[in-house]
Amino acid sequence: MTVTTSSPASAATSTPARRQRQKLGDLKVAMIFLAPATLGFVVFYIWPTLRGAYLSFTEYSLLQPPEFNGLQNYERMVQDSFFWNALVVTVEYVVINIGLQTVLAVFIAMLMYRLTKSITVRAVILLPYLIANVVVALVWYWMLDFQVGIVNQALTWVGIDPIAFFGESHWAIPTVAGINIWRHMGYTALLVFAGLQMIPSYVYEAAEVDGSSEWQTFWRITLPLLRPVLVMVLVVTMIGSFQVFDTIAVTTQGGPINATRVIYFYIYERAFTRFDFGYASAMAMVLFAILAVVSLLQLRLLRAKESDLA
Amino acid sequence: MRKALTPSRAVAWACLIVLMLLTLFPFYWMLRTAFSDNTQLAGHPSSLLPVETTLGAFKRVLGLATVEEAQAQGGSGASVNFWLYLRNSLVVSTVTTVCQVFFSAMAAYAFARLRWPGRDKVFALFLAALMVPPIFTTLPNFVLIKNLGLLNSFAGIILPGALMTPFAIFFLRQFFLGINRELEEAAMIDGAGHRKIFFGIIIPMSAAPIATLAILTYINSWNDYFWPLLVGQQENVRVLTVALGVFRSQTPQGGPDWAGLMAATLVAALPMIILFLAFAKRITNSIGFSGIK
Repeated sequence: MTVTTSSPASAATSTPARRQRQKLGDLKVAMIFLAPATLGFVVFYIWPTLRGAYLSFTEYSLLQPPEFNGLQNYERMVQDSFFWNALVVTVEYVVINIGLQTVLAVFIAMLMYRLTKSITVRAVILLPYLIANVVVALVWYWMLDFQVGIVNQALTWVGIDPIAFFGESHWAIPTVAGINIWRHMGYTALLVFAGLQMIPSYVYEAAEVDGSSEWQTFWRITLPLLRPVLVMVLVVTMIGSFQVFDTIAVTTQGGPINATRVIYFYIYERAFTRFDFGYASAMAMVLFAILAVVSLLQLRLLRAKESDLA
Repeated sequence: MRKALTPSRAVAWACLIVLMLLTLFPFYWMLRTAFSDNTQLAGHPSSLLPVETTLGAFKRVLGLATVEEAQAQGGSGASVNFWLYLRNSLVVSTVTTVCQVFFSAMAAYAFARLRWPGRDKVFALFLAALMVPPIFTTLPNFVLIKNLGLLNSFAGIILPGALMTPFAIFFLRQFFLGINRELEEAAMIDGAGHRKIFFGIIIPMSAAPIATLAILTYINSWNDYFWPLLVGQQENVRVLTVALGVFRSQTPQGGPDWAGLMAATLVAALPMIILFLAFAKRITNSIGFSGIK
């Protein structure tokens, strides 16, 4: 990550008069330049964040004004088995998705790093990421069709019974996860690839001089030095995968029997098909809290990076 | 690094090629199915070439076939109006991109090139908004758009993203910070104001990153599903992604119109594929940099 927080070097601080003038600096001009963005920021980010927090303590059906009801939504949530199911299913999705995707991405990145710098190869790997979730979901829905999908055709061909990828509860989440891994692994691989390129070559030269094997070099040098990038990648993908929605909305709609009713989809259903807006906001609040904890953990882990490459 | 094709390098190449094929195969399958005759499709599920090659599916999707023809080919017979959805997607993505990039560039200029008290704090606040998960702001934003009477209008779909995103500001600020101050100061001595510096120096010098950001924004906006699903249900403003969802739910349950669906997905994905082919290098190179996303 290349976050630069330092301000640009102060320009000449020649005369006191000039310094005086610069105290307020370009405030007036800045206000003009910032006006549209600030309007958007306040109206569509800050205000809804505050309002979302407030709505989570209300009963609100969209038809009548929200009515404050204290912690009722949260109490209800604790007893709502669908909510807990949604959390469990989401975590299952996140674990499969992140686990496989990270391993695959590192693998692809290593392959590219050692074999080719070709833009074409990288572009091919990235391509699925640029296609809408909805399109990706539909293509895979077709390819994974129980009867005529090409994947099951291929399975039958090698002697495996066809699998009802979307129809069986224990297959549904891994299937959705697999689809999204296909879409995202190239993107993640490119992030890792960028990280690999930042590792100075003298480290590898030293390892080679010491007679370190390829495998040793990977585990003892590449992976540890890649840690900051990996942590960043893990958190970005984790925050993303907690919010899986499009694929499920297009394929399983939460089924079969709640097997893919992830938290995001459940919030959507509560809010927009049952108009239970207060309750939906409360659940969004919990999701927010979970993601905040994940982000904080990331910051902790990122801090630790300074010891790696001193 | 060694270049000779050792056995291990051959294996590695084989792995990479398999992965690339795995990446490309669904695109091919989409193409193959879209050119197939839907009624014949089920009979030859593993044919690698289109089954009874025909443009029928595209005709159905683009509304060039009559209802009877469509139904005979296994379509739903419901009117699909992809030209309209295509136009809607174009309007939404274009306006969103132009506005978002322009206003974010203005804000980035204020954060990168202007000096004013509290600047870094305000910027940190903008960045903090990256942390808020979209669903959390989406619910109240929906209420707001509804109360403003903007449901099922382009304004309703476009507004929340039109004025800024924290990411766009962050992205451009990075580049603006790197621009040499001397040029700017020379221009000031010549009597140029900030407006002139912004339009005459900063923007032209950042043409490349601005173009990259615009392309990424365009793709994201084109692919967006959740927000247009909530706010733009009605046909007159329905975008392609939402239309695809509707099309999918309308297709006959027993024997879905797969050829039609794949033709539709192809039509929806094609503009992005073309955009990608045209700017592959730029997009690919920007991924490592942009990290945060």
